[in-house]
Amino acid sequence: MTAARRNAFDALLHSGALFPGSRREEFPGEVRVWPASIADRPRAASALRAEGCRYAAVFAEDCTAEESSFLLFDVLDHPGDSRYLVLVWRIPADSPSFPAISAQAPAVNWMEREIQDWFGLEAAGHPNPRRVALHDHWPDVHPLRRDFPLETELPLFEGPQHVYRPTIGEGVFYIPVGPVHAGIIEPGHFNFAVAGEPVIYLQLRMYYTHKGTEKIFERLPWRHGVFLAESVSGDSGFAHALAFCQAAEKIAGAEIPPHALFGRVILLELERLYNHVADIGAIATDVGFVIANSHATRLRESLLRLNEEVYGSRLLRGLACPGGLRRPLERTAVDAALERLEDFRRDFEEVVRLIESSDSTLDRLDQTGVLHPQKARDLGIVGVAGRASGQDLDVRRDHPFAAYGSLSFEVPVFEQGDVLRRMRVRIEEARQSLGLIRAAAAELPEGPCRTPVPELQPDAGALAAVEGWRGEILYWVRAGSDGRLKRCKVKDPSLNNWPALVEAIQGNIIPDFPVINKSFNLSYSGTDR
Amino acid sequence: MFDILQKSLRTGLVTIGDPIREFSPPPAFRGAPHFDFGRWENPAETAAACPTGAISVSDSGAVREVRVDYGLCIFCGQCAEAGGGAVSVSREFAQPVLDRQNLVITARYGLDGQGRQTRLLAPPARGASGESLERTGAAARQAIRKLLGRSLAIREVDAGSCNGCEVEIHSLNNPLYDLERFGIHFVASPRHADMLLVTGPVTRNMELALRKTWLATPEPRLVVAAGACGISGGIFGRSYAIRGAVSDVIPVDVYVPGCPPRPEALLYGILLAVGRLAPAAAAPASAI
Repeated sequence: MTAARRNAFDALLHSGALFPGSRREEFPGEVRVWPASIADRPRAASALRAEGCRYAAVFAEDCTAEESSFLLFDVLDHPGDSRYLVLVWRIPADSPSFPAISAQAPAVNWMEREIQDWFGLEAAGHPNPRRVALHDHWPDVHPLRRDFPLETELPLFEGPQHVYRPTIGEGVFYIPVGPVHAGIIEPGHFNFAVAGEPVIYLQLRMYYTHKGTEKIFERLPWRHGVFLAESVSGDSGFAHALAFCQAAEKIAGAEIPPHALFGRVILLELERLYNHVADIGAIATDVGFVIANSHATRLRESLLRLNEEVYGSRLLRGLACPGGLRRPLERTAVDAALERLEDFRRDFEEVVRLIESSDSTLDRLDQTGVLHPQKARDLGIVGVAGRASGQDLDVRRDHPFAAYGSLSFEVPVFEQGDVLRRMRVRIEEARQSLGLIRAAAAELPEGPCRTPVPELQPDAGALAAVEGWRGEILYWVRAGSDGRLKRCKVKDPSLNNWPALVEAIQGNIIPDFPVINKSFNLSYSGTDR
Repeated sequence: MFDILQKSLRTGLVTIGDPIREFSPPPAFRGAPHFDFGRWENPAETAAACPTGAISVSDSGAVREVRVDYGLCIFCGQCAEAGGGAVSVSREFAQPVLDRQNLVITARYGLDGQGRQTRLLAPPARGASGESLERTGAAARQAIRKLLGRSLAIREVDAGSCNGCEVEIHSLNNPLYDLERFGIHFVASPRHADMLLVTGPVTRNMELALRKTWLATPEPRLVVAAGACGISGGIFGRSYAIRGAVSDVIPVDVYVPGCPPRPEALLYGILLAVGRLAPAAAAPASAI
């Protein structure tokens, strides 16, 4: 582990020059600032970026009923601080517009356009202000406004299809793919412009699985939100549920029993493990090493069975709850699991050796689909993809949650940013996960698995972060007055990372697209919500 | 090369036996909830604990009707915690069905003058209506079996799912389940497919793609709706962005409950659709 982060934001905010006349308050894991005027946002963005801050998320809230304004949130991360900086900007309801910062911070490109689509707030000065979250054929509605009823029935699809930007040149043609793909994967549309085999430009069309999830959170009794969080991205169900619980627990000030803190580590690492193993095999199969994938899918099945034998659910569902875990992890079951994981470890290492000793496989992965570290930094790429491109970020280490603060582990980082390194990040992380599970199991304290969480204080809000297997998951939860939530913002790492795929594919040949795409393996549902 | 062979030899045969007939889940498996209707004194409180509305209670005059819908159930087990001992989690998966109504159990209780629940009026019954809504009758299934029963090509369509169902559909292809030994395989195009396996609540943005995919599938074609969302919208229910269940958009032959359905349930649903399982006879003792 690197040196513990401290409080870089304090020095940044100390002089008052950055946000004159602002209010500031501390919350668990978060320093929240209410700057005086939204007009300061672009200047602040340039200054914060120059100081090494990363824009992790940007989102909005409709508070027109209470204070005749919308709120715009910028969530920032800094390598020298263990808290997130949350800037809360006020946008008067009678001038529904905010200065966009996507030119200074390309990482927020889609997020600012989502706000424009969902809240009807103009992202003024955005370099590409077209719709992103609502497809072109949607009527002019802003579904996350409070006066828009959740179950509004909109007219069926009609009208023009999306117009892609033209790519012009001799011999250039387009390959449109999706939304229904050839494999068993989620829907999205890829528009490739190619000249011969190399890809010149890829345009993505996402949000095919947009379900209105953030608004559906507002309909449920807040304690049931954990089940919706499990279904934001099914392969990260536990991580999302955990982030949701942590946000609610922060609002309620709940003290989580130690058994649950360590148990949460074990479950989150099991989720990481089964996904990483599957991805390692899938990368191998996409360059023709099918037998390695047979082993990997066999290994994944052994982990899903382990999940079920020990915790009752193959995908670790129904385990997280606000206040801890719904059931205790029994000592005998945990010990049995450790034994099985030792067999798994040996087996896994043999499969890794098969892949690492296959020159024809490595040759296809090395220098394929390169995402340069500078681009990764500019685009705010997180998680596995970020770490393969020099972005030394990991919520478990940088913003410790559950019991991670008392466990030690390494965060693998590579600079090359190619498919091979994205695979090797996963291999190394799988090893670290096994170590973390073992360490957490060794320390797993006796005692209750959950604590009662009182009703949430209306209007209180909290931010929570979890390192899911793809990367940083953020939840912003605001309590309402009727046992329901006023707002639940969900940020899956896939939302940050899709632009990385666009960069990484350029100049590569189209037959390498599947393996490049797989090496990111982003969640469509997590993005589209 | 030698290492590859050595690893294969050392691994040996891992494929399991018939996943349905030899289904033996581990003791901890949380399957379908089981309701002891005669002892169930607090269905309203239990319903309040259910995040999807799979349990619903409606009072009218001196009668309370309680509906349990396995098509909405996400198998979270909250009802077992709230059901005052009358609800327990079984070790069986909820069975796929040909008729959506067969996922519903209705029980009627008497109510006294103060609106308190008294006794069960009649044994709980499957289905809300007596009429069968099966799309394919026994004769048609026989014909389909002849045509598609031995070799079946499936196109998977995610019409808005969270990708949990896809995780388990992938599992069917691993060496343990090895779907291809049943003559069943996934294909890349609807034009090569006999069956669509559809997941997710159908989103507004996927509705057209789903319809087009269905139209591109040659007849006779079968449709299996997988997972709570595909059957009913599940935890998502209705929203401005959701068109509804799969059957609101295209005709469905088989409904596979689960969140997500485990591989055995998916296989069961697929075989049921092509008539390779008799709906009642081949079924393991139902949780229902």
